[in-house]
Amino acid sequence: MIFANPSSPEKTSERLQPTGWLRYFSFSLDHKVIGLQYLICGFIFYLIGGSLASAIRVELTSPISDFMARDVYNQVLTLHGTIMIFLWIVPVVNGAFGNYLIPFYVGARDMAFPRLNAVAFWLIPPAGLMLISSYFITGAAESGWTAYPPLSITTPATGQIIWIISVLLLGGSSIFGGINFIATILKLRQPGLKLMQLPMYCWAMLGTSILVVLSTPVLAGTLILLSFDIVAHTGFFNPSMGGNVIVYQHLFWFYSHPAVYIMVLPAFGLVSEILPVHCRKPLFGYTTMVYSIMAIVGLGLVVWAHHMFTSGTPPWMRLFFTIATSFIAVPTGIKFFNWVATLWGGKISLNSAVLFSCGFIINFVLGGITGVALAQVPFDVHVHDTYFVVAHFHYIVYGGSVFVIFSSIYHWYPKFTGRMLNENIGRLHFVLTFIGFNLCFAPQHWLGLNGMPRRVAEYDPQFTFVNQLSSAGALLMALSTLPFLWNVINSAMNGPIAGDNPWRALTPEWLTSSPPPVENWEGKAPLVNEPYGYGRSTKNPKSPNDGERDTK
Amino acid sequence: MPVPKTILAIFSGAIAVAAGIWIGQNVNLLPIEASENAPVYDELFRVLFSIGTVLFVGILGLVVFSLIKFRRKSGDSEDGIPLEGNLSLEIFWTAVPAVVILFVGIYSYDIYDRMGGMNPLAHGASHDHQAIATQERVWGGIGSGSISDKADSTISPLPIEVTAMQFAFLFHYPEGDIISGELHVPTGRRVNMRMESKDVIHAFWVPEFRLKQDVIPGQPTILSFTPTKPGRYPIICAELCGPYHGGMRSTVVVEKPSEYEDWFNKNSKIPVLET
Repeated sequence: MIFANPSSPEKTSERLQPTGWLRYFSFSLDHKVIGLQYLICGFIFYLIGGSLASAIRVELTSPISDFMARDVYNQVLTLHGTIMIFLWIVPVVNGAFGNYLIPFYVGARDMAFPRLNAVAFWLIPPAGLMLISSYFITGAAESGWTAYPPLSITTPATGQIIWIISVLLLGGSSIFGGINFIATILKLRQPGLKLMQLPMYCWAMLGTSILVVLSTPVLAGTLILLSFDIVAHTGFFNPSMGGNVIVYQHLFWFYSHPAVYIMVLPAFGLVSEILPVHCRKPLFGYTTMVYSIMAIVGLGLVVWAHHMFTSGTPPWMRLFFTIATSFIAVPTGIKFFNWVATLWGGKISLNSAVLFSCGFIINFVLGGITGVALAQVPFDVHVHDTYFVVAHFHYIVYGGSVFVIFSSIYHWYPKFTGRMLNENIGRLHFVLTFIGFNLCFAPQHWLGLNGMPRRVAEYDPQFTFVNQLSSAGALLMALSTLPFLWNVINSAMNGPIAGDNPWRALTPEWLTSSPPPVENWEGKAPLVNEPYGYGRSTKNPKSPNDGERDTK
Repeated sequence: MPVPKTILAIFSGAIAVAAGIWIGQNVNLLPIEASENAPVYDELFRVLFSIGTVLFVGILGLVVFSLIKFRRKSGDSEDGIPLEGNLSLEIFWTAVPAVVILFVGIYSYDIYDRMGGMNPLAHGASHDHQAIATQERVWGGIGSGSISDKADSTISPLPIEVTAMQFAFLFHYPEGDIISGELHVPTGRRVNMRMESKDVIHAFWVPEFRLKQDVIPGQPTILSFTPTKPGRYPIICAELCGPYHGGMRSTVVVEKPSEYEDWFNKNSKIPVLET
């Protein structure tokens, strides 16, 4: 096993891998190549998942089921959810940016287990292709991304089994990644770099990886039992054989609620890296940010049953999970106030990265408020499983995580490619996405409150106009990807040369060339003890971490 | 003479709070109230909507204000103030959400209790209901409790057995051995439903009653409500149950007690004994 370590300067992985563009199609061991593989692979799946979302919105422009067959509609919504969660957001906010940034942030030349890292990535394309191909074989799974039995046991078995195998592979990939991040952050830190001096994204990834390692195996075990029920006709979750369907829901949400934090905690970390650079200010309240991440990790593991308030849960359980869920708002709120305080008194560049980060703050606050409301049992019994919930979680995962992914692409693109993106096209992308997103999902709150359940292909005609409004927003969102795609492709070839550090940032990934060499730094890795030391030394704002400042 | 900043800040904060409360109390996003449960729910909704609007408008205002006020002027390459934190501020904005959450939690507990959610099994005045409760693996839904306890002493609750299947609801009235595809209920009398599914998980949802409970195979669930407003309201299946899930709907007809009696007597298979 190759154990990359800053104290072993020989270029271990360089001779093992091809160079040039071909390396992105190889079993590369370079964490930066793997990071970009995750990012581009994820984005391709995002385009597929987005097309499925568009198909759903087209179907919902009319109150009758007329655009596609009813079972196809259920397959489309199942694939949409599964792809967006397991093939786009989770791999990108964790795998892509985690792999690219974490070794830089701890001062290492690669991840702790480079080979495991490559395996973790290369599980994703076959799993994704298998999942999508199931549609063309016998039809994809059609029981939603939650795959609740007994529906998942009674719908066509082939699609459901392929879905289970795909999710198991993706879960395995996620666990490998999580173990690798924990080992890298805790064991590959440079001598002299303290835990409380790490950039915030390291803390977010440490917390996320703990959640991944603790909860993903539970999902894997649950899905294996479910596959036994389907294939071998066992009765774990099959009520006609004495099984219990509620047990599945408990096990499923034990993973799938933490999965929300697996999607948003890394996004919190990325925003904490982006805002200080473009505001030219230190991150406000570093210590409370760290504690609130860890509080979210702890609480995130004990809130799962709020997805089951209408499932038939005893009153004491409803009460406990209401309280636990509500209290997640406290550490989350701290983070939002701290970001606003980071903006306050800064010198903010209104570029695409900042706009998407601030869009994230606004969207996520709305999603958080509806989240606290949904945590209240009496509130939830009316809107559970309705479009109110659809709106809520899209504000969290799209308005939250996906906005941050775009913000991060605008921020780190110069480092990835050595070239700058066009800012005007970036701002156009932001405006289209922000308006389209809010037009698509804000009206859905009303739909849910007034009686439109989720996962339906047909609905009460009184909801037609609002659904068409929502579909118009979806169209705008779909169109907004076009300027983005043109920007990233064109700028890769024709964009202005970025230089090592176009944002005058202080975190270690900027203290090397763009794109960085194979082992990250030509010489000794720089020791960065103050990743957010903006405003300290106005004479030399570029490198307050050089020279004597490192001696402490 | 410029207005002091503190006064401006307090003033804009007060406007945000007032606007939030006004919007929360006056913008109605909900359908009509047709059960005893619904006004209680709407009271909670208005409070949460007010608090949410104040918080959202506040943060939105702060972000937009910061982006405009603190934007970098062209040619300015200086850094901002090196402010790394402020303990008292951070304690303040830990405490405020904690107090708000505590209030919301206690308030929604109170609402939950008033809806009868805390003790759905013990409050059932009907022996029938208690008999259900003692069965193994029967779990209650919300709304089975205390609101209409006073009425219980004079009018006995109406027991109905609900069967859900792909893709329909069936309602069985044991009192008259009626089986109906439409749910008929009188105003002012509590309805105790015992629900079970024949195949996959469904859910019984009436938006105008603000109530929902999953209908589960192999595990009966119970749900109680007292209708108040005559009318025809949709019963909607809210849990994905197969290709025709979107079409799995029925109607609840809430009638005045006399009209309900007529319907009941017309359809009853058991001769009316009480005269």
